[in-house]
Amino acid sequence: MRRTVGVAAASAAVVLVAGCGGGGPQSGGEGKLTGDKIVLGVLNDQSGAYSELSGKNSVTAVEMAIADFTAKYGDKAVTKDITVETADHQNKPDVANSKAQEMYDRKGVDLILDVPTSSAALKVADVAKEKKKLYFNIGAATTDLTGKSCNRYTFHYAYDTYMLANGTGKTTTEQIGKNWYILYPNYAFGQDMEKSFSTAITAAGGKVVGKDGAPFPNTSGDFSTFLLKAPTLNPKPDVLGTMQAGAELVNVVKQYNEFKLRDKGVGLAVGLMFLTDIHSLTPAALAGTTYTDAWYWNFDAKNREFADRFQQKAGTRPTFAHAANYSAALQYLEAVQAAGTDDADAVVKGLEGKTVEDVFLRNGTIRAADHRVVHDAYLAQVKPQSEVTEPWDYVKVLKTIPAAEAFRAPSADCKL
Amino acid sequence: MSGFAQNTFNGLVSGAFYALLALGLAVIFGMLRVVNFAHGAFYMLGAFGAYVLLTEAGVPFWAALVIMPVGLGLLGMALERAVIHRLTKLDPLYNFLLTFGLTLILQDLVKLRYGVQSSPYATPSGLSGTVNFGLFDFPTYRVFILGFAVLLCVAVWWVLTRTRIGMVVRASTERPDLTRAFGIDVGRWVTPVFGFGIGLAGLAGVLAAPMRAVNPLMGADLIIVVFAVVVIGGLGSIFGSVAAGFGIGLVQAWGEAYLSHFPIVSQTIVFIVMAGVLLWRPAGLFGREEAPA
Repeated sequence: MRRTVGVAAASAAVVLVAGCGGGGPQSGGEGKLTGDKIVLGVLNDQSGAYSELSGKNSVTAVEMAIADFTAKYGDKAVTKDITVETADHQNKPDVANSKAQEMYDRKGVDLILDVPTSSAALKVADVAKEKKKLYFNIGAATTDLTGKSCNRYTFHYAYDTYMLANGTGKTTTEQIGKNWYILYPNYAFGQDMEKSFSTAITAAGGKVVGKDGAPFPNTSGDFSTFLLKAPTLNPKPDVLGTMQAGAELVNVVKQYNEFKLRDKGVGLAVGLMFLTDIHSLTPAALAGTTYTDAWYWNFDAKNREFADRFQQKAGTRPTFAHAANYSAALQYLEAVQAAGTDDADAVVKGLEGKTVEDVFLRNGTIRAADHRVVHDAYLAQVKPQSEVTEPWDYVKVLKTIPAAEAFRAPSADCKL
Repeated sequence: MSGFAQNTFNGLVSGAFYALLALGLAVIFGMLRVVNFAHGAFYMLGAFGAYVLLTEAGVPFWAALVIMPVGLGLLGMALERAVIHRLTKLDPLYNFLLTFGLTLILQDLVKLRYGVQSSPYATPSGLSGTVNFGLFDFPTYRVFILGFAVLLCVAVWWVLTRTRIGMVVRASTERPDLTRAFGIDVGRWVTPVFGFGIGLAGLAGVLAAPMRAVNPLMGADLIIVVFAVVVIGGLGSIFGSVAAGFGIGLVQAWGEAYLSHFPIVSQTIVFIVMAGVLLWRPAGLFGREEAPA
């Protein structure tokens, strides 16, 4: 009994000290951080299909966030000992699972960042829940992270399939054409995207006149059967919506151009596309294509300033995933600074319901109900080659989708 | 009707790639008894080489179509001399491991320099239009590939069946010991034949660059189907590999077009055909049963 009282008193004291810190702990925060340091873990694809859109450059972005945080708070920072741990999950759920456990248990990681590939992302959410440690997902698209697999320690930061479908599906239906033909890779991500798009298109008054699941992985690299089918459907689709990603997207677009579908009146909308995809296809191959972007580096002066700094370090322009990693790391450090501790529950409490404005999050809110981070999204269109005046500036933003409309309402499936 | 014709055409175009790759594998297997797992990597190098030549040196597609197969053929010959022939006398497993290891090395070297993101390669300007066949339009580039591949296969067939070199190669492919007994130096032909097979893979790679995603893993994806093609045609059978290559291209295209309501079938049709053929003719459609030792 006496011990319980003692523990209670001690924790009350800790809470009091933390609470009375005012503008953050002035005295260096001794004992309030595990090991007197903060360790950020970047767990992503460092050698495979997603290594360019996130990969090592996500680590660079997180390092920039640490440098900016340290520069901002100087001696008043909760700690100066902030390091980054990285691991390659190879897009495999089982590898992601063991690497995440290793990070939390043995590397002393306080927060895991990034984790592209939906199946791997969901595994890491389970680990975060079990270990009661924080996890900001950036690279994965599945809405299950804030749906049936949501938990108290997981935040979904940048985008999801609903955001992509709602932005591209709705706006393209309203502005470009009502009849759609949807081509998707026949596995979890593709099926999820197809459902989200069909719902958004129908809700906007459009119609899905045909849809096909292409083999995944498509070993022949050939999509011509589907591309030939598109213009022959009745009624003829105005838009071909492709949900393929990475190299498969490149194949679809190359062959879309070969069969001259645009000349036949079938426009192109892409479910998920990163700046790096446009770079490898060249803007000429994609001119006029619409898609939803979570962030674009040349949108305004603030983004551009970040992109310039990023380019100095990484040698390339940032994708939205890079900017989101920077923002997520920074907002976590700010939350630890404000809470004066890296205790996960205390940090979660500080994050929930917080409104944030930074280079990535515009009109951002960290939703308490499901831990979806909502923010402005952008409907983008690839410029014709003639309008591309500098490397990597391939896109014009047609419309800003306000934060309140960009993401779905909290799902009933999510119980934190 | 025009839809069927278009799908058939597409199947033949895909088949052209399978045929070129399978033909190379077949001559190499026939002559060396080596299953060349690195074949897909050389296909990838062909495509990447075309990309590098264009961006670094401004070498156009047509020149790359000659430079890459010749260059890779020579590299193949050097490899055969340096490593592969040392292992041919051992258990075939050693060459599996060697060529598979080579694949990983080549893929990762390219990855190291160019990353995994696909590299852009435009359709050569003269071939970017479409050809009107009356019933339907078809991309000029695809017509070119099909014509070129058929021509090449016919040329290879002519060399193999109508020339003395071909006679020697065929004889050494099918009965190396007997050929040696006739006083023909079989060993002399091994290296050039290996180089020729690799050259064909490189050529297929250059042809693929304008219409497929050019990245370090492009060969790894394709080679799985090509091995199925070689097995269906009959391991080591030159005619069989070409016929099975075009045949599988057709089966795949038709499967995707007319079995799209059964995705499970249309995705695995190549392997269903392979299993069926092996049950019916274990040596493949055009293969010959090995005499029991």
